[in-house]
Amino acid sequence: MSVVKKFLYVNRKAPHGTIYALESLEVVLIGAAYEQDVALAFLDDGVFQLVKGWDTKELGSKNFQPAYTALGDYDVKTVYVERESLEERGLSEDDLIEMTYEDEDDDFKEKSSVHIVSREEMAKIMAEADVILSF
Amino acid sequence: MKLGIVVLEGPYQHEAADTAYNFAKAALEKGHEIFRIFFYHDGVNNATRLMVPPQDDRHIQQRWSELAEKHNLDLVVCIAAAQRRGLLDENEMKRQGKDAHNIAPGFRISGLGQLIEAGVQCDRLVVFGD
Repeated sequence: MSVVKKFLYVNRKAPHGTIYALESLEVVLIGAAYEQDVALAFLDDGVFQLVKGWDTKELGSKNFQPAYTALGDYDVKTVYVERESLEERGLSEDDLIEMTYEDEDDDFKEKSSVHIVSREEMAKIMAEADVILSF
Repeated sequence: MKLGIVVLEGPYQHEAADTAYNFAKAALEKGHEIFRIFFYHDGVNNATRLMVPPQDDRHIQQRWSELAEKHNLDLVVCIAAAQRRGLLDENEMKRQGKDAHNIAPGFRISGLGQLIEAGVQCDRLVVFGD
């Protein structure tokens, strides 16, 4: 598989209540081994996946939020979050977890992976992707 | 065109499973190639040979199995998603020490790499979900 395509994983669902978020993350983690150009998009209730301070104790389910912060180690350097989805839910960038990667082209400086984009920009990002997996 | 199809929803519960089937059938009739159909999330439940729908309703699993046989399709069920939902083939039954297996003919169990590969190899990857 020497072809490199632009994969965009679109996350649209809240982290709890259904298994979509957890199983999407599993695809991203496995997919990292295939050396494709990977980006993640969070929109609609999907933005809740990145809101700081999950506590899943009462749910009886595993807190898998640490896996999002580890995505930089899996070569996921680009995370798009839709501004309108945040605003519609009373959220801002300050509510989100930090996601970073080490930039190998810039002395391995730690940089933020998160890009807040407008709905219009998100549409363009989707149009430019080769493969969209929407969960 | 070389197509990959992803089915994310369960049979009967959600129309996505029907739409995916109808799309696959129509694409084949139009002469397109289907590289793989990948079942994930509750979509893995399309593969249980133990489903017994009412006689006057469509049989979703049988429909997939027949389409696979007729067109030599590669129907792949994600192993991680399948195991947590109680879908096992004979090998996994033995490996997990269970007393039954339920994967229907025409389906095979494999990993998520098969989904990524479909994305890389196909001209279009079409996702049917909620």
